[in-house]
Amino acid sequence: MATLTVPSAVPSASEDCEQLRKAFSGWGTNENLIIDILGHRNAEQRNLIRKAYGEAYGEDLLKALNKELTSDFERLVMLWTLDPAERDAYLANEATKRWTSSNQVLMEIACTRSANQLLHARQAYHARFKKSLEEDVAHHTTGDFRKLLLPLVTAYRYEGDEVNMSLAKTEAKLLHEKISDKAYSDDDVVRVLGTRSKAQINATLNHYKNEYGKDIIEDLEADSEDDFLALLRSTVKCLVYPEKYFEEVLRSAINKRGTDEGALTRVVSTRAEFDLKIIADEYQRRNSVPLTRAIGKDTRGDYEKMLLVLAGHDEA
Amino acid sequence: MAHPSEPEVLDQALSGIGVDEKLLVSILRKSHMRKGCSKFFCEDERQFERWNHTAIKSLKAEFKRFKDVVVLSLMHPWERDARLLKKALKKGPMQYNVIVEIACIRSSDELLGARKAYHSLFDRSIEEDLASHIQGSERKLLVALVSAYRYEGPKVKEDTARLEAKALLNAIKNNDKRNAMEDDEVVRILTTRSKPHLKEVYEQYKKFSDKTITEDLEVELLLKETVECLCTPQTYFTRVFDAALRDDADEDAKKALTRLVATQESEEMKGVATKFEGKIKERVKGAYKDVLVGMLEK
Repeated sequence: MATLTVPSAVPSASEDCEQLRKAFSGWGTNENLIIDILGHRNAEQRNLIRKAYGEAYGEDLLKALNKELTSDFERLVMLWTLDPAERDAYLANEATKRWTSSNQVLMEIACTRSANQLLHARQAYHARFKKSLEEDVAHHTTGDFRKLLLPLVTAYRYEGDEVNMSLAKTEAKLLHEKISDKAYSDDDVVRVLGTRSKAQINATLNHYKNEYGKDIIEDLEADSEDDFLALLRSTVKCLVYPEKYFEEVLRSAINKRGTDEGALTRVVSTRAEFDLKIIADEYQRRNSVPLTRAIGKDTRGDYEKMLLVLAGHDEA
Repeated sequence: MAHPSEPEVLDQALSGIGVDEKLLVSILRKSHMRKGCSKFFCEDERQFERWNHTAIKSLKAEFKRFKDVVVLSLMHPWERDARLLKKALKKGPMQYNVIVEIACIRSSDELLGARKAYHSLFDRSIEEDLASHIQGSERKLLVALVSAYRYEGPKVKEDTARLEAKALLNAIKNNDKRNAMEDDEVVRILTTRSKPHLKEVYEQYKKFSDKTITEDLEVELLLKETVECLCTPQTYFTRVFDAALRDDADEDAKKALTRLVATQESEEMKGVATKFEGKIKERVKGAYKDVLVGMLEK
């Protein structure tokens, strides 16, 4: 469930544009107005606003935001204003570049989005970067990471609930064998995680637990220094219980000394219009404090305000 | 005018590709004429003339062509491709070239459509079926080929293409030590780069070798077909048409005729097919021929 709230009577896109233009004009910037407007519009509405702004003022809204805003707040607003597909394409592209490379982000996008959302991200990637997502991922990753990430980003998984129980049994056994042999990047491990439907993987992992008494995650904790293993664990989490994965990312971002704004921004902006409510519930369950309160304690200024608005918390 | 003997007429109606229905009907209206048609009948140990079993099989295949081309042409292209892929997978390694053909010749959106149709038809994704059923060294390549969603713009980087041509050359040189089809770089280049880029790679390759990539890949048939379909599709079409229309063509080669004509709307294919129109009119018979010629003239 989304945490984004949209007013029941939404101004027209051109009215919103006028207001935004006002917010940019003169000395300084009216950040509150920007948060008020953009923070309460869904993807379709934001797209209309961008279009209208371009037509009315001959300038891309995103460029204007880039000029007027700074730092973490700017990044959050920029990412938020993009529509989900473009946002994913942007983040994925960033994750393939040297200084901002992140296998985790690539895996996160590939595994937590629905098959069609991932597809739209790939289409947006073509349009924006004039290349395919997979060619960039392939070109900028190597070895086991490439072996795992390529199938993940190119998957177009079946999304039905049908599950083949005997197949789940066979594949649970297969996974167990490979993991026991520490063959973590084995072809079959990658094959199962990279091609099976989420429902099928879920059934397989349930069977794994029933049969071998342990969660597969536990069996993948052999070496805490192994980056590939860490990625594999996160992959499993993203595929079968994404809200727990996101809760962990948020917890670690907030608890980290000084806060990991990158992760916080990413999770909030990408999930606010999808399942941030479920993630927030999980956060509260796990940390005994509402997500919004934790965010409030850990961040400040306009950045904090925008995060809270997106997380569904409006100051009266 | 010398009347051809009835056995000869029967032979004429049933040889080549497809079946001359009109001629057959005219024969059947006349008398029974089994004796002497030794191609189709044989005497068993009880002096009983029965249909030759192999002859029946090949006859069935010939009669089936019309039905297949009709069904295939009327289907939605996505369902068509999904069903062709499924069938090819079931038949095994000898038919994997069909997987290559579809994955490489279709546009990015057409391939995507086939993947969607596959979900609806078979309750699985094409990549999971390919990955779990193909055990050999071609698994990596084939799964990656069907998963591609290639960029379709014209933008090409010459430098990158040159580097990648060199990488391919190296992999091919080392083929006896390590199968080129399993080489990570080969798979990466062929399964993720755009087609315009790959055509540039093909050109750049000529600077480093006195043969083209496809000539150097004679040994690795599946890889060769992949490169052909991606970089020089006309060569692929020519080869398939040629193999289908030869006198000694086998069933799989002849089936390719139906598949290509019913599924290909591209100008390139039509261009190649018109060169074979004469041969088609000569070798192919009956309603099947009419459909093929009609589709090529569309």
